[in-house]
Amino acid sequence: MKLIIIAGPPSAGKTAVTRQIIRHFQGQQNIAFLKIDVVRAFEDDELRQEFNIPTKKVYSGDLCPDHTGILVLQDALTWAKELESDIFIVESAGLCLRCSPYVTQSLGVVVLSAVSGMNFPLKMGPLIALADVAVITKTDLVSQSEKEVFREKTKEVAPAIDIVETNAVQGTGLRYLIRSIEALPDIEKDQSITLRGIPPLGVCTICVGKREIGWQNHFGVIRKLDGADEIFRGD
Amino acid sequence: MSSCPIREITVLPGHDKQGNPERFDRIVIRPGDTISIVGPTGSGKTALINDIELFAQNDTATGRIVLVNDEVPAEEFIRDPSKKPIALITQNTKCLADMTVEAFLAMHVRARKISSPTIIAETVCLANRFTGEQILPGCRITALSGGQTRSLMIADAILISNAPLILLDEVENAGIFRERVIEVLKEHCKSVIFVTHDPLISLLSDRRIVMRHGGVEKVLYPEGREQHTREMIARMDLTLCRFRERIRAGELLTEQGSPQ
Ligand SMILES: Nc1nc2c(ncn2[C@@H]2O[C@H](COP(=O)(O)OP(=O)(O)OP(=O)(O)O)[C@@H](O)[C@H]2O)c(=O)[nH]1
Ligand SMILES: Nc1ncnc2c1ncn2[C@@H]1O[C@H](COP(=O)(O)OP(=O)(O)OP(=O)(O)O)[C@@H](O)[C@H]1O
Ligand SMILES: [Mg+2]
Ligand SMILES: [Mg+2]
Ligand SMILES: [Zn+2]
Repeated sequence: MKLIIIAGPPSAGKTAVTRQIIRHFQGQQNIAFLKIDVVRAFEDDELRQEFNIPTKKVYSGDLCPDHTGILVLQDALTWAKELESDIFIVESAGLCLRCSPYVTQSLGVVVLSAVSGMNFPLKMGPLIALADVAVITKTDLVSQSEKEVFREKTKEVAPAIDIVETNAVQGTGLRYLIRSIEALPDIEKDQSITLRGIPPLGVCTICVGKREIGWQNHFGVIRKLDGADEIFRGD
Repeated sequence: MSSCPIREITVLPGHDKQGNPERFDRIVIRPGDTISIVGPTGSGKTALINDIELFAQNDTATGRIVLVNDEVPAEEFIRDPSKKPIALITQNTKCLADMTVEAFLAMHVRARKISSPTIIAETVCLANRFTGEQILPGCRITALSGGQTRSLMIADAILISNAPLILLDEVENAGIFRERVIEVLKEHCKSVIFVTHDPLISLLSDRRIVMRHGGVEKVLYPEGREQHTREMIARMDLTLCRFRERIRAGELLTEQGSPQ
């Protein structure tokens, strides 16, 4: 079974890309789909009805969706395998921008919308840097120059990433993504799958529920306004 | 950069929406060609230029194949914007960036690693030949009218993208000087394909591709036989333009008052 992890900001076109992948492999390969979202998601019902494939969803609530993804992934792989899936697609929500959901032995796809502004890729950090493929959607809506600049900025964050530009509703230009999926090896051994990136510092005193403002009321990672440009970096 | 290795781009037939094979043998596009694509709404005009832009290899809805110099083009040719010989201005293309015209063009110039110090001024100047409403380098992109934006994007495609083939999807709606666009494209020896519902543009191009049910129905070569009609349409167009200007200027059109 092949594992594809699709991440990206809300409304970037993750599901539109997923639909095109399913449309392409439908009939030749068994596909299973899992959506991870924070509060509400409809993809599971929509895709099940549209393509008659097994789907599932989980809500992460107050937890980071990428963390949730990692927690449930082992179970999800077992579920998809029991259904004899050839391709298992996980659509994450990608709201946290510090984490990235990509794991080893999978194809990590980040979906970015060209209409989100040309500096957007620079703000996305590990969500882009640790992906294998960046699918840039909605290129039908922006000018040639903006498209080119968006591409350059994405390359700046991840020089080696494979960039695929598309109108995801029509499915134009996705041949290179399809090719990467075709070339993707099956998962070798579930037990040896790990997260690709180093997770960011998981908890601080705000995370655990202390609500007072001001660094004086907290401990662990402390930052004052002066010199706060020196952000905390996990290692 | 200006001398391009492309001799011709060839479109090989696919099928229409019902799956019937298209009946043309091949459509060859060479430098300097002007081609229009006509047909009813939903007949596949946009799909055809998308096939060309993507260099379709029997992997789009239409099953067409597009070759460069009779070969499948190298991948970098299709994917690397600085090597890609095609610029497409779509029906929905917008400039979203809230910056000045000058900064916007400079950004593109930088992305293209072009070093000419005059190219931005030249681009604005060229854009102004296409539109009646003057574009100033200090204007904000988002404040430009539809016609100004289109004009700027066409000028950008000609000079900064420097693409030998330009695909324009229904540019006429924006109210730009269409004949002048065609004239300039010819001057710069660009090939251009217009998707259009506009009689004047259709008749100003050398070749007309007629679409139906998603397939190419036929290709017309007017070869001068439409000369008279074209002149008549050009006159009517001028008349309409004058009326349009008078309406814009706030006149009440109680008398005909439009000399031929
Ligand atoms: N014009 C255009 N619209 C697109 C494109 N890709 C997606 N859309 C539209 O953008 C909207 C959001 O797309 P989705 O695929 O639902 O986005 P998503 O990333 O799955 O969104 P969430 O899962 O809700 O975070 C839909 O209305 C799509 O039809 C594109 O390439 N071009
Ligand atoms: N040969 C074909 N086979 C299957 N689908 C096709 C084919 N040609 C076009 N289509 C589909 O038909 C729809 C309408 O086509 P398209 O948008 O190209 O029409 P159009 O002529 O540009 O219309 P308009 O004048 O409204 O812009 C699109 O979804 C397109 O993908
Ligand atoms: Mg979605
Ligand atoms: Mg169209
Ligand atoms: Zn997180």
